[in-house]
Amino acid sequence: MRVNIDEANREAVDRVLRSQPVLVGVAPAIEVIPRMQRNLILHAGPPIDWPRMSGPLRGAVIGGLIFEGLAPDEPAAVAMVEAGEVAFAPCHHHQTVGPMAGVTTASMAVYIVENRTFGNRAFSSLNEGYGKVLRYGAYGEDVLARLRWLRDVFGPLAHRALESLGGLDMKTMIAQQIQMGDEGHNRNRAGSAMFARVLAPQLARVAAGDNLAAALAYLAENDLAILNPVMAACKATMDAAAGVDGSTVVTCMARNGTDFGIRISGLHDAWFTAPAEVPVGLFFPGFTQDDANPDIGDSTITETAGIGAFAMAAAPAIVKFVGGSPQMALESTLEMYEITVTENPAFGIPQLDFRGTPTGIDLRKVIKTGITPRVNTGIAHRKPGIGQVGAGLVRPPIACFEQALEAFAERYTA
Amino acid sequence: MTVRSRIKPSAYFDSVTLMLAQRDVRVLPGVVDAGLVMGTEANKDLLKDAGLLTPEVSAARSDDLVIVVRAETEDAAGQALTRAEELLVRRPHAAGPSAYRPRTVASAVRQLPGANLALISVPGRFAAGVARDALDAGLHVMLFSDNVALEDERDLKTLATGRGLLVMGPDCGTAMIAGAGLGFANHVRSGTIGVVGAAGTGTQVVTSLVHRGGAGISHALGTGSRDLGGAIGGVSAVRALAALAADPGTEVIVLVGKPPAPDVAAGLLAAARGRGKPVVVDFVGAAVPAGGGLYPASTLDEAARIAVRLVTGSEPAREESRALPAQEAARLAPSQRYIRGLYSGGTLCYEALVLLERYVGPVFSNTPLQPSTALASAARSRSHTVIDMGADEFMVGRLHPMIDPDLRIERLLREADDPETAVVLLDVVLGYGAHSDPSRDLVPAIETARRRAAESGRRLPVIVTVCGTDEDPQDLRAQVEALTAAGAVVETAHSEAVRLAGLIAEAAGSRGAPYRGVPIEPAGAGILPDVSHIRDSLLSGPPRVINVGLGLFEESLAAQGVEVVSVDWQPPAGGKQKYIDLLNKLNA
Repeated sequence: MRVNIDEANREAVDRVLRSQPVLVGVAPAIEVIPRMQRNLILHAGPPIDWPRMSGPLRGAVIGGLIFEGLAPDEPAAVAMVEAGEVAFAPCHHHQTVGPMAGVTTASMAVYIVENRTFGNRAFSSLNEGYGKVLRYGAYGEDVLARLRWLRDVFGPLAHRALESLGGLDMKTMIAQQIQMGDEGHNRNRAGSAMFARVLAPQLARVAAGDNLAAALAYLAENDLAILNPVMAACKATMDAAAGVDGSTVVTCMARNGTDFGIRISGLHDAWFTAPAEVPVGLFFPGFTQDDANPDIGDSTITETAGIGAFAMAAAPAIVKFVGGSPQMALESTLEMYEITVTENPAFGIPQLDFRGTPTGIDLRKVIKTGITPRVNTGIAHRKPGIGQVGAGLVRPPIACFEQALEAFAERYTA
Repeated sequence: MTVRSRIKPSAYFDSVTLMLAQRDVRVLPGVVDAGLVMGTEANKDLLKDAGLLTPEVSAARSDDLVIVVRAETEDAAGQALTRAEELLVRRPHAAGPSAYRPRTVASAVRQLPGANLALISVPGRFAAGVARDALDAGLHVMLFSDNVALEDERDLKTLATGRGLLVMGPDCGTAMIAGAGLGFANHVRSGTIGVVGAAGTGTQVVTSLVHRGGAGISHALGTGSRDLGGAIGGVSAVRALAALAADPGTEVIVLVGKPPAPDVAAGLLAAARGRGKPVVVDFVGAAVPAGGGLYPASTLDEAARIAVRLVTGSEPAREESRALPAQEAARLAPSQRYIRGLYSGGTLCYEALVLLERYVGPVFSNTPLQPSTALASAARSRSHTVIDMGADEFMVGRLHPMIDPDLRIERLLREADDPETAVVLLDVVLGYGAHSDPSRDLVPAIETARRRAAESGRRLPVIVTVCGTDEDPQDLRAQVEALTAAGAVVETAHSEAVRLAGLIAEAAGSRGAPYRGVPIEPAGAGILPDVSHIRDSLLSGPPRVINVGLGLFEESLAAQGVEVVSVDWQPPAGGKQKYIDLLNKLNA
């Protein structure tokens, strides 16, 4: 099959630019995620089986099974998995994205984002906040209690609040975040504050007393509250650009803690994977690079959609991750223009005269320049349950892109 | 004594940067020898010959940087390795820490609004790809790189023609746009003489002599050495000629190159004729008929003189030789019979071969006029010999002799020791891109050469032609004075230098062959292509340049006040041929 790649890429990025992701509600995963099942565990990154899962992902799987009431404790959960009674699938196969381990189970509450332009939907779990959390592989009682509260209390309240708002336009939200010092991946402080501001009056209409106080406290204390809706918005956007025949645009980058995987628009559902690298970064007190797990999480969907590390220039507060100076942040973004097809005028970066964020990674440009996409990321401890140990930078292995190029050439020039 | 190496995976540096750093590392205390190269097979062979091949170096891949030193102590070796790395990351010409260095031509163009020309000097096998990127970005191209495949050259020129753009090169060493010298170029006055040059040094000589004759240059457009061959058919020469014909700032055009393929030459002359502007033609050694606005010249000096006369109305003063050939010849020992020419400029070498035949008969060379005068080995002179030291066989792992004089100095001393050497002929090319002070190395070499000959009872005349202007960065007058003080006879006109050497050898017993220039007649429709876009977008003012490759070109452009942005170029796909091929296949 012969195609005009440039034309196909223009079509793919046009779909990205025209997408209008709107956060419309919250619902149990089993009710909204396509083909969700009681014994199905969705996880971050490309497909992986139990023996190859890293510590944090295993911990999150065990926690997910206990949370669902499928297993009473760790040994039972492991036995179930080993007996083949648990099904695994990447979140990405179910229109879903999840940060870090990304474990999403049937009864969990998930955000629903609708792409109003193309009608497709995407889902993501609700952010648990900091400390010991399931996404880093912790599954103590406090972790499970927090998940239950999100499912039973906050989720329904947030859903009604969003409903009464008529949905929250995530494209506008991200555009404002970027003008307020967030890049949408490692820094979401401004966006989370806006999220709280928008939801608070609606929450006050549908809740009272302790529940209202707890919901407001959750939003007030969690600088990552908006991360999961942002991820779902990016997923809904990039899914619209997937499956354009002849396009070399990268529509998905995701890690499961063992492998890094990418997908290419013109190669539809195929994954191209290589061993995930260990992020290099700054560590919380008491932790070092040796504690870091290989790269994990679906949050790279932000970079795939042109924010996160691609919008680093907009986030001077976190320039320590890129070497310490705002100039280095600027250069991080400038470098990403070298490998992208277009610029997203909806996301203007003030520090670059409101130049749009670099958007639509072109596989060919990655291979030609040898510049791999930059990714901002949190860093998980390699052992389950310890949690986040730092944050930093990582890039996908070039091998993912090399394989993809070979497959692309085979499909389109044979 | 110890040999130590360090490998930096996937770290590309251009060969000039590496060789300059290598030179600095070699003179560090305790260091005996050093090699800084990319880990290609050819480079590893060179290291092996130099005894610098460690097992680690043997395993290096072609996109790995290899640093290896031989030193008297472990300490010295370690320090040298570290220093080598420091020298390589030093970026003296970057415009401060705040400047982002673009990685692709497209993003460089964004950084330099109004950019109109790409100056490309990356290794040959990557050069066509970069040139395509530049044409895609709407830039005219000067392709300094050589070793570009002929079919790539043809494709690039076809692509450029379709877009109204000009491709100068590949293997285009010299160009000047509105006063800005690109590549190897001299600082010359602005004026109304335009040059189309298929020969780099030829363009330098003509432009320098135009300046010395009191006139100036509008533009000098290069074509690349193969453009006038049958395979390319003079595409760029015709487009450059048409552009200068259409350029309101150009009154007289000089067309200079080695003799073209006959049909290409005929077509070119037809295109040059009757343009309303005089066209001076010097196809070194070819006979061109006068008339119809064509002014044939038989030497580079004559081409410059005719052009100056055409714009100023008066013949520039001839710089007559004061040397007396018969006297010089009378002082030679009986064994001293032959001329030995060691050239850094390819066109000058070619012109010397053509002119010398008239005085001394056949002249041997590594770039011979005919197969019968080819040297068996470029390393050994035979009878009358003139060598192009810039030819490929001398350039493996070496800088051009205009920058690095070592090989030529070595050869000069060998020729001086040869009792058959009657006279040595040298060229010194000044200007941007060339050695910053050529006489510094050449003067002691000439002195040594003459002394060694004298110790063996021979008087050795050394004749030097200097190509340059009083505005070149090297200080022409100081260069000439230093060479003269060293005992050299310095001629500013190359034909005079050659004539002098020829007459000395003739007086010493050689016999010339009659001049047999190849006659060329204009033929063909002589229709000029539409070059309005070249005229309007390239010739209308100082160029705004995207530099891809050698950092020294960025420095020399910046020194001339030309706006330039350099691409932080790396080989595509990390130099992995498999992926380069796949990309080409997809983009075909």
